[in-house]
Amino acid sequence: MELILTAEEEAFRQEVRAFVTAEVPEEVRRKTMTGFRLSKEEHVTWQKKLFEKGWVAPGWPVEHGGTGWTPMQKHLFEEECAAAGAPPVIAFGVTMVAPVIMAFGSDAQKDYYLPRILRSDDWWCQGYSEPGSGSDLASLRTKAVLNGDHYVVNGQKTWTSLAQHANLMFCLTRTSDTGKRQEGITFLLIDMEQPGVTVQPIKTIDGSTEINNVFLEDVKVPVANRVGEEDKGWTYAKYLLGHERTSIAAVGRSKAQLKRLKTIASVEMQEGKPLIEDQNFKEKIAAIEIDLLSLESLVLRVLSDESAGKGPGPEASFLKIRGTEVQQGITELLVEAVGNYAHPYVPEAMKTGWNEDPIGPEHAASIAPHYFNWRKASIYGGSNEIQKNIIAKAVLGF
Amino acid sequence: MSFAFTDDQKLLAESADRFIQNDYTFENRRKNMEMDGGFNRAVWTQFAELGWLALAIPEAYGGLGGSTGDAAVLLESLGRGLVVEPYHSTVVLGAGAVAAAGSEAQKNEILPEVAEGKRLLAFAHVEPRARFTLNHVETSAIKDGGGYILNGEKAIVHNAETADTLIVSARTGGATTDHDGVTLFLVDPAAKGVTLRSYPTIDGLRASEVTLEAVQVGADAILGTVGGAMPVIEAVVDRACVLLCAEAAGAMDAAVTLTVDYMKTREQFGRPIGTFQVLQHRAVEMLGAKDFSRALTYRAASVVDVADPRERARAVSAAKVEMGRGGKTIGQEGVQLHGGMGMTDDMAVGHYFKRLTMIDVLFGNIDHHLRRFARLG
Ligand SMILES: Cc1cc2nc3c(=O)[nH]c(=O)nc-3n(C[C@H](O)[C@H](O)[C@H](O)COP(=O)(O)OP(=O)(O)OC[C@H]3O[C@@H](n4cnc5c(N)ncnc54)[C@H](O)[C@@H]3O)c2cc1C
Ligand SMILES: Cc1cc2nc3c(=O)[nH]c(=O)nc-3n(C[C@H](O)[C@H](O)[C@H](O)COP(=O)(O)OP(=O)(O)OC[C@H]3O[C@@H](n4cnc5c(N)ncnc54)[C@H](O)[C@@H]3O)c2cc1C
Repeated sequence: MELILTAEEEAFRQEVRAFVTAEVPEEVRRKTMTGFRLSKEEHVTWQKKLFEKGWVAPGWPVEHGGTGWTPMQKHLFEEECAAAGAPPVIAFGVTMVAPVIMAFGSDAQKDYYLPRILRSDDWWCQGYSEPGSGSDLASLRTKAVLNGDHYVVNGQKTWTSLAQHANLMFCLTRTSDTGKRQEGITFLLIDMEQPGVTVQPIKTIDGSTEINNVFLEDVKVPVANRVGEEDKGWTYAKYLLGHERTSIAAVGRSKAQLKRLKTIASVEMQEGKPLIEDQNFKEKIAAIEIDLLSLESLVLRVLSDESAGKGPGPEASFLKIRGTEVQQGITELLVEAVGNYAHPYVPEAMKTGWNEDPIGPEHAASIAPHYFNWRKASIYGGSNEIQKNIIAKAVLGF
Repeated sequence: MSFAFTDDQKLLAESADRFIQNDYTFENRRKNMEMDGGFNRAVWTQFAELGWLALAIPEAYGGLGGSTGDAAVLLESLGRGLVVEPYHSTVVLGAGAVAAAGSEAQKNEILPEVAEGKRLLAFAHVEPRARFTLNHVETSAIKDGGGYILNGEKAIVHNAETADTLIVSARTGGATTDHDGVTLFLVDPAAKGVTLRSYPTIDGLRASEVTLEAVQVGADAILGTVGGAMPVIEAVVDRACVLLCAEAAGAMDAAVTLTVDYMKTREQFGRPIGTFQVLQHRAVEMLGAKDFSRALTYRAASVVDVADPRERARAVSAAKVEMGRGGKTIGQEGVQLHGGMGMTDDMAVGHYFKRLTMIDVLFGNIDHHLRRFARLG
């Protein structure tokens, strides 16, 4: 079921398609499609290219450098980028911290950080979770103590994605222990390149190291790097979490992966026939495709509510739940599709410059690691259980 | 049919569980994995001394003559420890094939050495384009004087690089997927024309792609009857499937226990996450998945040694389907209920998840065995 587009929308789609297919390097496309890790340089180079085109921040207001696109245009853009294997724009700067700075930051912060975010001059990471504070984020304990014109920060953040690349972290800290836990949290922008900040990689079950522990020891943060008021950080943090849930749904990416699944299933042979001709397998693909269609429909509905001035409601949590279920469902079918060749684990084959023959079919190398890695999707960004708690409370009134 | 464990089985389970608990910790397993060839030779010797390698080998050839049910008891314990030593390759598949098809001379030569831990085997049957079709054999064996010349490729041969002898299937007649015309050969991995490309597997084992190029073998290398190996291969693989399910039962049990313990200690919102009823129900589903899978596995174990091929195949496929489904539930939920911790290489739960996932894939995944069960009517 294709989207019914106006002539202008179709023209827009073609314009985006022409740009991204011409500009995404083949090696980057291959890595994005197969779930191989991209280098920092590959991400930054792509984001700078989008910046030059004026397309790096479609979600931003026009006055800050946004595109002024309609919800449908934003959706088509995401879909075309994913289809062409463009690296997803790293969310921490453009889609996470930037809206907070726009809404609650000082003029100086806006003037300094927003252009740098657009140009990808900084790499941001998100310092929310702590060992003792995951789902129960408001219990966080990393302490910030005011000392003249700066805060002294002590504590530990964990699961910090891509902190190894980051020079800046937006960080939730505790500035007060009295009253409600939510009322003593302060939102700080921390320079990672200073004494007292230690980044320690955490190896995940697929063998990769994309997450980290970040230790903060007597780290100095100028008061000028506080966003908004002291003790009001929880409001800003939640604003960020509620923002852009539509992009977590990653409809475009799932469409591209579904296509890849079909391609692989049409070359994998089962009992003399392509696997895709197996009725049972075909129906499993169909079931996911239907899940994805209804997800896309809800995304577009939420996007148009947003552009009509209604903020994303708690129903947006459904987008996160369904979006990650679809992504995980596809990774599961990919494992089924490659059969025995899910076994070999050759991480070198996923890196640039590996030019030996693949073990088994070339498409198989990353499939099992990717399946295991993608279990993270129902855990991060507020686990799917927490999303259901939010819906139960905020929508159903329990 | 008895569903109770014998006293001997209970003793075996106790001593094997004790061994895993004391000597085969998660940390030791990691060290064993990193050793040459991907496992610990000293542990293998210990297995021999404990009689575990002899367990299911016939008494006439230095074994203890145990049943598949006895072996299942041992493998369940080994599954709790995610043991990386080549038990399936050498004892279940390798010695299983020799015991089922070998001549007196071959059995006398090989089986006692396996029981003593002195000979390692690998089962080189599956091929790159075979997927899960057991009788898909492209590798050819062409008669050459008294012996044969082998040409072909074998896929994901676990523990081939450490094997003293490979058991290789090849076509002496018939077309690629014919049931007739397949023959088993004993092949020295050091023989001219045998090339291994070895690699780790995602679940912490070692395997190889094996290429055979004009490999010469003598008449004494033929294992069983020429052209008649498929029934043997089917029986050996069916039995191996049950024992993989038994290993999975142990892995599932350990993963459920770990997860429940974690839920009782991990606190969020001022209380253990195990107090959230919605999570309790998930843990209950995991436990049920393990219980049903384990029950069906032991039933299949008691069937494989005695039933006709059709009944055997139904029992095995049913157990393999239930194991695949249960393993998926337990692996995915085990990680989910651990939150971020579940994603880390340091926690055991992810390693159980990976092994359970790969056991599902071995010798046919859920869909394959569902189809096989349905076809058998
Ligand atoms: C790959 C990865 C990347 C991440 N990146 C970042 C990052 O960049 N920055 C950052 O700050 N954080 C990041 N996180 C952390 C992530 O947000 C947390 O892991 C998540 O919030 C869950 O917290 P936890 O891991 O402490 O699990 P816990 O909160 O301990 O949860 C364990 C289990 O209990 C469930 N549970 C907890 N409370 C309830 C409840 N009340 N009702 C029902 N179920 C409940 C959870 O859903 C989960 O299944 C990342 C995590 C992962 C896995
Ligand atoms: C066909 C039929 C035959 C029956 N026969 C008998 C009989 O022979 N003898 C007899 O004594 N009773 C019998 N019952 C009654 C039955 O035991 C009750 O219906 C049952 O205990 C549920 O109680 P309830 O109807 O008051 O529903 P509630 O207790 O009001 O439950 C409503 C819903 O909430 C769920 N729920 C309630 N408490 C919890 C909780 N703590 N955690 C999670 N979910 C919860 C329930 O599962 C249900 O879905 C019968 C009922 C039916 C429908």
